[in-house]
Amino acid sequence: MSGFFSALFTALDPLCGPVGLFTLIGSGTLVSCGETGWGDEIAFGVKVTISLALATLPVGLVIGFLIALAAQSEEKLLRLAAGIYTTIFRGLPELLTLFIVYYGLQILIQSVLAWFGYEGRIEINAFLAGMAALAVVFSSYSSEVLLSAFRAIPRGQYEAGDSLGLHRWRTMRLVILPQLIRIALPGLTNLWLILLKDTSYVSVIGLADILRQTGIAARVSKEAFFFYGIACLLYLVLAMISSFGLGFVERWARRSEVRR
Amino acid sequence: MTAVNELIPPRPAPVAARRTITGARIAGIAVLALWVLLAIALAAMVINGWDQDKFLRYGPRYLSGLWVTISLVGLAVVFGALLSVPIAFARMSSNRILNGIAYAYVYLFRSTPLLAQLFLIYYGLGSFRPQLEAVGLWWFFRDAWYCGLFSFVLNTAAYQAEILRGAIESVPRGQHEGAAALGLPKYVAFRKIILPQALIVALRPYGNEIVLMMKGSAVVAIVTVYDLMGETRYAFSRTFDYQTYLWAAIFYLAIVETLRHVWAFLEARLTRHLKR
Repeated sequence: MSGFFSALFTALDPLCGPVGLFTLIGSGTLVSCGETGWGDEIAFGVKVTISLALATLPVGLVIGFLIALAAQSEEKLLRLAAGIYTTIFRGLPELLTLFIVYYGLQILIQSVLAWFGYEGRIEINAFLAGMAALAVVFSSYSSEVLLSAFRAIPRGQYEAGDSLGLHRWRTMRLVILPQLIRIALPGLTNLWLILLKDTSYVSVIGLADILRQTGIAARVSKEAFFFYGIACLLYLVLAMISSFGLGFVERWARRSEVRR
Repeated sequence: MTAVNELIPPRPAPVAARRTITGARIAGIAVLALWVLLAIALAAMVINGWDQDKFLRYGPRYLSGLWVTISLVGLAVVFGALLSVPIAFARMSSNRILNGIAYAYVYLFRSTPLLAQLFLIYYGLGSFRPQLEAVGLWWFFRDAWYCGLFSFVLNTAAYQAEILRGAIESVPRGQHEGAAALGLPKYVAFRKIILPQALIVALRPYGNEIVLMMKGSAVVAIVTVYDLMGETRYAFSRTFDYQTYLWAAIFYLAIVETLRHVWAFLEARLTRHLKR
């Protein structure tokens, strides 16, 4: 079964598959797929970029949702804790957050393991570190978006949920959340596009994303303008595809709204 | 007929409602405790790893890096603002070609990462060295600082053009018509009536853009400019001391928070005539 799916994905690969862009146009040039060109390396970079962004999204959304809940709770201490989080991670450059998470996690894990008597070098996975750093940044921004969406929902909605005898989190799930998604979607769309661009930073800690792969190709082939141009174009195409797809999601979320 | 002969004696204050322990309270205390623990750990790290020698060696470098970051961002924002004006007007013009070009520019620069743009300009244009030398521009594109500035200007101009356009278009039509009814020439109407109202709308997005630029400017460290991030990376590569990143974080947080507060003050000051 998995063999079938992998065959399907190979066949539908838009860059290096049998009907891929690099296969059709780029054969015999620098971007051909296979041993002689850089096409397959770049296609791998695209996969890494997309999977990093897709893996970060749910984590960042869940953390952001929890922080938005904390930021609007009646408990002062919880609001303070959430405020500290968003202030710090919205104020730090993404690149610095990435370094802090990448080296900090290593130190943290090492010192925790040293406590248990394990002395050895720990090298954390660049993908995981990149995911953690991007999720932290994404969650602090998305918490602001979700918080303003929460504030846009009138109190009466909660009261109506109470008067129907719904439990608190059933009110949240059945009454609040559907409206929340609809209100927050434009802001979250923006954040997704920003996240897609921010994934380029992980190339600095050695993850083989689009920018790193094209950078290697540029250095080896001495065709820097061509390859970095391809990198920019790939990001552009990813942004276009996602804004196209998110347009559909937005229309789906608005399906029950009054048409004007 | 009854008269009140005696007053009600003073009563004790009602008992203060006891603060109950809720889940939110426990969670708040737990998370705050985590923050405090983290802060203590970081402070202990700084105190334990304190080295006068390193401080004297890298402290001045940090300050020079700070200056490089601030001057780079300041120049980029100013030049970007200048460049954004024609783009915003092209974007609002009814000429379809001009409009299309401006739209393509804004779309291109807003949907590709700053890092990729910087690489494209610094490394990419470097491969056109003979041509650039022929037109006498090589000194500009040879230097990483100039390249960083150039890519920042191009990038922020795209964002600022959108901010400016949105602000100008947010001024209601009646304002244009009122100015026309008063017989003001278009230029005067724009400068005296439209622009002041537009700039108030644009104030907050401009502040956000400056903060984003400040944070984005860290990428020049990768093309060997010794800005704050660059000095941090330099110090880390020499000492392998995690503190270097913490110091950079403190600097960046201080800059961003200062900017945010200055901007909030400016906004409150400039919009005080709109408060009711």
